Amino acid sequence: MIVGEQKPFDEIWEMVKGHKQLTVFGCNTCVSVCHQGGNKEAEILASLLRMRATQEGVDIDIRHDGIERQCEHPFFDKVMEVLEKSEAVLSLACGIGVQFIAEKFMNTPAYPALNTTFLGDVPVEGVFTEKCQACGDCVLGVTGGICPVSRCCKRIFNGPCGGSSNGKCEISKELDCAWQLVVDRLEALGKLDEYEKIAPIKDWAKDRAGGPRSFKLEDF
Amino acid sequence: MEIYTDSKLEKVLKNGHLAVTSEVGPPRSSDASGVVKKGHMIKDHVDAINVTDNQTSVCRICSLASCIHLKNEGLEPALQMVVRDRNRIALQSDILGAASFGINSILCLSGDHQSFGDHPSSQNVFDLDSMQLIQTVRYMRDEGKFLGGEKIKVPPRMFVGAAANPFADPFKIRVPRLAKKVAAGAEFIQTQCVYNLDKFEKWMEGVVDRGLHEQVFILAGITPMRSLGMAKYMARAVPGMEVPKEIIDRLSGVPKDKQAEEGLTIAVEAMERLKECTGVAGFHIMAIEWEEKVPELVERAGLYPRPTIE
Repeated sequence: MIVGEQKPFDEIWEMVKGHKQLTVFGCNTCVSVCHQGGNKEAEILASLLRMRATQEGVDIDIRHDGIERQCEHPFFDKVMEVLEKSEAVLSLACGIGVQFIAEKFMNTPAYPALNTTFLGDVPVEGVFTEKCQACGDCVLGVTGGICPVSRCCKRIFNGPCGGSSNGKCEISKELDCAWQLVVDRLEALGKLDEYEKIAPIKDWAKDRAGGPRSFKLEDF
Repeated sequence: MEIYTDSKLEKVLKNGHLAVTSEVGPPRSSDASGVVKKGHMIKDHVDAINVTDNQTSVCRICSLASCIHLKNEGLEPALQMVVRDRNRIALQSDILGAASFGINSILCLSGDHQSFGDHPSSQNVFDLDSMQLIQTVRYMRDEGKFLGGEKIKVPPRMFVGAAANPFADPFKIRVPRLAKKVAAGAEFIQTQCVYNLDKFEKWMEGVVDRGLHEQVFILAGITPMRSLGMAKYMARAVPGMEVPKEIIDRLSGVPKDKQAEEGLTIAVEAMERLKECTGVAGFHIMAIEWEEKVPELVERAGLYPRPTIE
């Protein structure tokens, strides 16, 4: 899922404080799992903003609302009126939701309350870790199911580099060396001999480098 | 053995001599005189001078320009090239540029992560990895083509090297990893600084068992300790570096003003011992900001004078 983290409150305040009316708008799917962008968090953030406005003597009408997903049109049906009447929207969605609102409501300022941080999982409750960079050409089938693109800080396909030490990455003793994990997995699968196959040079055109990506279902 | 390039290092190695290389770091300035001075300091005692490529991710004069400065002085530079900062277009472009100046040895590296340097917020590139850079230089040289498939009118003739770190983890893939670099086309290897001689020799046994030492020239990395503080720092803070307790103890056992001398002696003893290690084809001396001691080290290790090559 997509993981995000709320921006520092002061940064959010600076973005929105000039408006007379604001809708703080939650997205109740991915970013609600990490307790950063759901409808409940929208309600909390709205009250914090109201308190700040009172403290600073600024008059803003701050409301809150939310939907299940800010990245698909049908979910917006029940809130169209609210958003159309909003002077500005502070979205707690990932960057996708913010843009969806920006393009859907051409004349309404849309601000991000979150920094969209990564595509990740929840290995332990309350902990979120990056697992995918959507590079467009998955190699997990040959790396023992461990992703070198998202989990190696040098995204090397023929690792580990010379900085792997006691299973940890050269940049942090807190960070597992992805290639240690690859080697461990290949060994567990009885496939360590496959380690010696040289991974070919990657086609980064399928990644962000090739420009914004899209695909279309022909049946629709 | 067939000689493919004009690299002096290649000729020394293929004529059966123990090779000696060293390295210099370019200055953080647009004045290159520092790197030229260091080059002259060591030129008679080594077969090639590596020029580091923004080592530890600290921004300096580029390796290529520094190599050109050395070449212009009649020295024999080896271009270090990391894949951290440049994509395949820039890498291939710099390889052509280097070859156009007669720079004919290259060391293909990943590069330290930028978080270690003075621009931790920079993007990293890693379009290729070091393994793929080795393949790229060999492909350009041997097939006469760019990665994109187009023909190169005059291919770059470069002797291709890579790094190996026997002390990084996991140890069990350190010989297989060397085998991969050999398969990718590495012709010489410069290793991480060797302090744990037993572990290095154990790695070399694995290398020799697979006959890799007959397919690639392995230069053992030597870095003399200048002080006890440096030894402790390297043991503690440098990733993938292994400094055994005996080295620390030995340096602790001498007065502070004698530690540098002791460090040099430890380095000379390591070279003496590793000369006898099957598969060691020479030494790569990394005397960090201590280049003036390279001649002494080479002489004391009985590696001077250097062979004359036509």
